[in-house]
Amino acid sequence: MVETLNAALKGRSFTGWLRRCAMLVALAAFFGCVRPAQSPVQSFVAEPFPQKLSDWHLFSGRGDALEPNQRVLPYDLNTPLFSDYAAKHRFVWMPPGTTAQYRPDQVFDFPVGTILVKSFGFPAGGGKERLIETRLLVHGKDGWVGLAYVWNHKQTEATLDLVPDPVAVRYTDAAGGQHAFTYYIPNANECKQCHENSRVMLPIGPKARNLNKDYAYADCVANQLARWTQAGYLQGAPQSPQLAPRAAQWDAPQSGTLEDRARAYLDNNCAHCHQPGATAGYTGFDLRLTTQGPAALGVCRSPNSAGRVGTLIYDLVPGKPEESILVARMESTRPKEMMPQIGRSVVHEEGVALVREWVRSLPSEGAGCAAGAH
Amino acid sequence: MKTRKTRTFLAGWIALCGSVALLAGCSQQSPENFQKQLQEQLIKAKAGDVIEVPEGKFHLDRTLSLTADKVTIRGKGMDKSILSFAGQKEGGSGLLVKANDFVIEDVAIEDTAGDGLTIQGGNNITVRRVRVEWTRGPNPLNGPYAIYPAECKNVLVEESVAKGASDAGIYIGQSDNVVMRRNRAEYNVDGYEVENSQHVDVYDNIATHNTGGLGVFNLPNLPKQGGKFVRVFHNQIYDNNTANFAPQSLGAIYHLPAGTGMYVMAINNVEVFNNKIHDNNTTNIYVIEYNPSLGEVKDARYRPFTEQVYLHDNEITGGGKSPDVRLDDVKALSAALGGPLPDVLYDGVIDPQIRAAKKGANPAQICIANNGTFTFLNFDGGNGFKHPVSDLKTYQCSLPKLEAVVIPQLPAGSAAQTGGQ
Repeated sequence: MVETLNAALKGRSFTGWLRRCAMLVALAAFFGCVRPAQSPVQSFVAEPFPQKLSDWHLFSGRGDALEPNQRVLPYDLNTPLFSDYAAKHRFVWMPPGTTAQYRPDQVFDFPVGTILVKSFGFPAGGGKERLIETRLLVHGKDGWVGLAYVWNHKQTEATLDLVPDPVAVRYTDAAGGQHAFTYYIPNANECKQCHENSRVMLPIGPKARNLNKDYAYADCVANQLARWTQAGYLQGAPQSPQLAPRAAQWDAPQSGTLEDRARAYLDNNCAHCHQPGATAGYTGFDLRLTTQGPAALGVCRSPNSAGRVGTLIYDLVPGKPEESILVARMESTRPKEMMPQIGRSVVHEEGVALVREWVRSLPSEGAGCAAGAH
Repeated sequence: MKTRKTRTFLAGWIALCGSVALLAGCSQQSPENFQKQLQEQLIKAKAGDVIEVPEGKFHLDRTLSLTADKVTIRGKGMDKSILSFAGQKEGGSGLLVKANDFVIEDVAIEDTAGDGLTIQGGNNITVRRVRVEWTRGPNPLNGPYAIYPAECKNVLVEESVAKGASDAGIYIGQSDNVVMRRNRAEYNVDGYEVENSQHVDVYDNIATHNTGGLGVFNLPNLPKQGGKFVRVFHNQIYDNNTANFAPQSLGAIYHLPAGTGMYVMAINNVEVFNNKIHDNNTTNIYVIEYNPSLGEVKDARYRPFTEQVYLHDNEITGGGKSPDVRLDDVKALSAALGGPLPDVLYDGVIDPQIRAAKKGANPAQICIANNGTFTFLNFDGGNGFKHPVSDLKTYQCSLPKLEAVVIPQLPAGSAAQTGGQ
């Protein structure tokens, strides 16, 4: 169905899409009427937050099916944060009558009461998935709050846990590969480690450049910015998504150059800490997509107080991924040495390969970086 | 009514029993349990809370973190309440603090995978009688920093102990208004480091058996530049001759020669007085510019020159007996001088703009006075040792004394605050 629609819609204008989508939405709403009544989403904007995920009424039916309740909108990102190959399911909900304000370069300005939902799961055999955790980022009345709900074994309910225990994960991937490792669910402070800048907690993913892509909704395929606008969740976005920034999809070569994709990857996997005001701001190593200039990107720059991997000297040596601390720390799984420092237990082989390829493609002027003293 | 009272009483009694059992049983707990409880306390902490660490050695395997303001973590003593991170599985630090008005005292942090106690971006930070140590002794796999406040304001680190750090034992970086006093640093690569920081008093400390005792310097490519106004006084800096065990990737520190008592690099307005600095085998005091061979400078704000350094009333003896020649300059100098080096080494490198603008033989204002008997050499590092100067006459000048650092933790004008000055 989705593919057919996709094919049918190829080459059409956004307005054409929207018209068709609107029709489908209307139909869906009509049929929705005959479904049993579902109590609406409950938003909690201050402590105490509910102990059970089901108390938020974000999903209908059995919890782990993640069937979104009315007005709970699924979304996806062009280039996401890698989390141990977990499948991620994202949803957004805003209180009726409220809307987020579009901002071109930063995370949208979301209204109080907004809930951003992200569930993490691994294959459980037979095409099923075992959910590990569902994280809520809630825009409370005193700012954003991160909450981790941990799923029970029966997959019937997830419970709020401030300091979740590590989880043993074993699964077989689609290619038959066996995986076994310890998965760390972040505690409440660790949420802040990535989400805080200058001690203000903020979402990371939902920026225009990350959301500006098509999504296969239940009724049709649509651009997410357009759909959010249509749903009343976004105002101030450009008329056409083509006028909004769009980050490359790290694993889709047609979406951007090697540099575009590598920088998008670093933007979403590193820059939440590696930017001024954030956890690694003091290092001066700034990996945001918008960063210009070789020094901030680590070219021939010694990490001084920070980095550590074997005998490597510079964050990034153009043309030489094997001499670049940036690559080595992504390839490591040892605490302190590895990057990111939290939220990853296994190496993202494909992500590392992309960054390695990008570093190799950078022109090395002469002999590369000057050698250290000896 | 009666029933309700009884119930409350019972509940209280059960809670009490529970907590007693908890304390008594702590050392038998699995890492997960102790860690979980302590981390939960840290997450739930409110302003004014004191979080007690009981007596015992507790094993943890993930970074602990605190983000709540006005919280105190208090143990029963740096040899009694021990947080051991041996075999740490996750996280870059032992304890990571991003909070204001933080106090930690009478606790030990051992064998973390990365840094020991990391404090980022906090105002009014007190570290008192805390020991951070890698118990296997010097080893390149030890974490870089033991006590590691960065981007902080109003910091007091006192009566603490740091051992085994593969970069610096007690470090202060990109911070303002700092007092480090009465500490002991040994078997680190650098005992103490004052990096890119302003208004720092370092006094009554001991630095021994490190690779280098104390460094006061600015490095390029860091967000905060222009560290200055550093006073170093009443310290004992001796026998810092441990072979450098920093991994190469740590940058400049990898190049620090064993036997460096203290070094002053790429900074101005530093006053060093009333210290006892002796028996450091490369040199007792090393005053130098930042040499680009330590790593490229890609920072337009950075000045590599060292100026307005006032060394006075120190006891400086027995330095340079057997230099570590891992730095090219030191190697060449040692060869030229037939082995041993002087107590005080100055590279004599002067900013060309300052040289053009100011007259005299000492435009950088390096002043060395009343230090008793010791040996000195300006080795003319900028010109291939062409015009070395061993006569102190040019440098016998004085500079205005720097003002004492004032922090809220130490009331202005108290004897404690001035270190008896």
